[in-house]
Amino acid sequence: MNHNYQKDISGCGLSGLISRSKKRIPGEVIIKSICPMKDRGNGLGAGFAAYGIYPDYSDYYAFHIMYDHGTAKDIAESFIEANYEIAKQERIPHKKTENIVYHPMLYRYFVKPKDKRPDSQFAELEGDDFVVRTVMNINSSIEGAYVFSSGKNMGAFKGVGFPSEIAEFYMLEDYAGYIWTAHNRFPTNTPGWWGGAHPFTLLDWSIVHNGEISSYGINKRYLEMFGYSCTLLTDTEVVAYLFDLMVRKHGISFNIACKALAAPFWKDIDALPEEEREAYTWLRMVYGSALLNGPFAILFGHSNGLIGLNDRIKLRPLVCAENGDMVYMASEESAIREICPKPERVWYPRAGEPVIVNLNSDEKN
Amino acid sequence: MRKSYLIPEFRVEIDHTRCRRCKRCIMNCSYEALSFSDRVVADHFKCVACHRCIVFCPENVITVRKNPVDFKESFNWTNRHRLDIWKQAETGGIPLTGMGNDLPYQIIWDHLVLDACQVTNPSIDPLREPMELRTYLGKKPDSLQFEETADGKIKLKEKPPKNIKLEMPVVFSPMSYGSISLNAHKAMAMTAKEMGIVMHTGEGGLHKDLYDYSDYMIVQCASGRFGVHAEYLKRGIAVDIKIGQGAKPGIGGHLPGEKVGLDISKTRMIPIGTDALSPAPHHDIYSIEDLRQLIYAIKEATNYKPVSVKIATVHNVAAIVSGIVRAGADIVYLDGFRGGTGASPKIVRDHVGIPLELALAAVDDRLREEGIRNQASIIAAGSIRSSADAIKAIALGADAVAIGTAALVAIGCRVCQTCHMGKCAWGIATQRPELARRLDPEIAAERLINMLKAWKFEIKEVLGSLGLNAIESLRGSRERLRGIGLDAQTLDILGVKPAGK
Ligand code: SF4
Ligand code: SF4
Repeated sequence: MNHNYQKDISGCGLSGLISRSKKRIPGEVIIKSICPMKDRGNGLGAGFAAYGIYPDYSDYYAFHIMYDHGTAKDIAESFIEANYEIAKQERIPHKKTENIVYHPMLYRYFVKPKDKRPDSQFAELEGDDFVVRTVMNINSSIEGAYVFSSGKNMGAFKGVGFPSEIAEFYMLEDYAGYIWTAHNRFPTNTPGWWGGAHPFTLLDWSIVHNGEISSYGINKRYLEMFGYSCTLLTDTEVVAYLFDLMVRKHGISFNIACKALAAPFWKDIDALPEEEREAYTWLRMVYGSALLNGPFAILFGHSNGLIGLNDRIKLRPLVCAENGDMVYMASEESAIREICPKPERVWYPRAGEPVIVNLNSDEKN
Repeated sequence: MRKSYLIPEFRVEIDHTRCRRCKRCIMNCSYEALSFSDRVVADHFKCVACHRCIVFCPENVITVRKNPVDFKESFNWTNRHRLDIWKQAETGGIPLTGMGNDLPYQIIWDHLVLDACQVTNPSIDPLREPMELRTYLGKKPDSLQFEETADGKIKLKEKPPKNIKLEMPVVFSPMSYGSISLNAHKAMAMTAKEMGIVMHTGEGGLHKDLYDYSDYMIVQCASGRFGVHAEYLKRGIAVDIKIGQGAKPGIGGHLPGEKVGLDISKTRMIPIGTDALSPAPHHDIYSIEDLRQLIYAIKEATNYKPVSVKIATVHNVAAIVSGIVRAGADIVYLDGFRGGTGASPKIVRDHVGIPLELALAAVDDRLREEGIRNQASIIAAGSIRSSADAIKAIALGADAVAIGTAALVAIGCRVCQTCHMGKCAWGIATQRPELARRLDPEIAAERLINMLKAWKFEIKEVLGSLGLNAIESLRGSRERLRGIGLDAQTLDILGVKPAGK
């Protein structure tokens, strides 16, 4: 028997960085960080999210849409044209690479909901809510069309390939942003397809994830009660929607939302002083269906910050580092050292302890 | 007396060569099937297969078997039909029976299988990692508002409604004092306290001896209003309004006068020896608005403790439950058509109502579609036989399950289905002091606690294999169930994929 075998590493790789003073970091940096973790993926998916990349259109929602065929594009575009004012529309710049031969049609649109729009006959929703409805509509009812990014001044870039290939394909070195996240995928329970790559986004929420949500079934049914439809055949999608529900719709802080997603154990809750105990008890009682069970490490980006979160028993790796204005989070320390060889502080967040970094402030834990 | 055409269902066989004639079997047979003349002799007609004689025979020489008499075979005219007709022909009455529906309808639980983790998401070892089964029953708001202090402490902005805390998602079903003995009630009360769960009083009121356990009691307000007074309502941690019962949907209850001794008469507030008849409907509830009034009257009377409404699962159950939740119920108790009972007309028990599994799935779906699932908890009941049934019920959407027959089996019940005779040899479904005494509440509680502990371990083991460490991640997670041998429509109602998909 050969004892020198190579272990087949299963699991995804994540990397993220944020400049708290909103310094825009060029794309090369994040590419350099994610690429050494090649073994954490298998070429079936990779992606990036970047914030601050569209300063000229920062008031417009930037829709990134992939189409499987021209009909899907026609239907989606006529819906968008009817309901949105379009400042600019174009193919998402990309180039031919050696390994990426086939890919969906990739378009982006900088849009604002029209005041008078046909869809308001059915739903008189304001800005963000209307955009959510549009995304759900297109993704679930236009066959072959997927909105994979819908936030302002941010964008997701993803596809089937290794991170280096996806970065080259989208020419990410041409972008600069103050928050970046990246993902290298090792798909296990869903097929490797362009829509299924990470990050998952909704409005300006973006999420990259390593793990498998064992509670997906109930998380999905819970979200459906609030009008979210999970169409992307993957469990990561629910995390983005759960944040949207709790933070945007229910007005809960990121910190508390994280405590619902990776809830403290009852034994720890029981040991708290009364008022806090009551608060955490009710958080679990009301948001029990939002609890994310199973192994996960996630990076959650939004226009004002970056959050790292592990599952309740830390079944997936997550490491953080800080250097001056910058905070880094990744699956492996090497991914951070590659772009920041001597950080001032390196730490491994505890299970369920969120790492919350906000822009323009020193707030974090 | 005319000759009966019936034949005995069982035969009691005694090995007289080894019998030491101690007569213990005779003393134990409350059905008077055994007597002594020279040796123990049996009147096979009277034997109900309660096994009491077998268990207590010191020499182990008694056998009870199904009477091997053959009937001319027929799939259509089963023995059951023939025997029922003979009984009816002889009595002109409705055959009564106890315990649950035993007809061979498909038991859906047995056609559902659970998922387990392999490789990509690790299973969790319940011996080393926390496994949380705690469950709260009651209304929950859709969202919460918090106040946060600078040092990261959080507190609630508003006081949320009262809920019932359970350390495992199991409660005891309502079985009235009257239908079962005080000792059986005591055993359940002790168990509920020890296990951090709750029991229901059923419709018979609450005996004074159990007042110490009232923190673990859901009290019941049934149509007969037996034992319902202000103190009783206030004592319970919640009040259950019984509309229907799985074993006999749409009909009332009947406790025969012989069972109404001094204690029961006091607890139920009726004269000794009178029949306790609870009517089919509540005479103040003829519409959903009436139900709403009663719910709020009870809430007012109890300083807004949770109110539960118990119904039998019937064809239109989803719409009915939606109405009940909108009428203000905090808990909905769904009782499936296999649920047990002390006495029920056989025709109703066996042919009225629908299986719990389908009702539960339909109700959970409907409440979700209407966005009101948070407003009430669902208790699933009606023949939960094992922790496996309980786990599957939770995955289908129940918050907790209620067990009645399973609890009685743990303390001795043989499911002989003759509870209505009041002669229960195990001291469970009887009020005869000499029989009731047979059930030692402490021993019974120990057996119940053991059974529940075993279920708790089993539930944790399965949760671990599913890669989950909190029961709330399984609740309503139908993705983790698959059906085997169920038709497409049933799968559709259950919201479960067939195995292999
Ligand atoms: S009724 Fe019970 S105790 Fe009596 S003979 Fe039959 S099995 Fe034995
Ligand atoms: S409770 Fe007693 S009478 Fe009823 S089925 Fe069980 S053993 Fe028989």
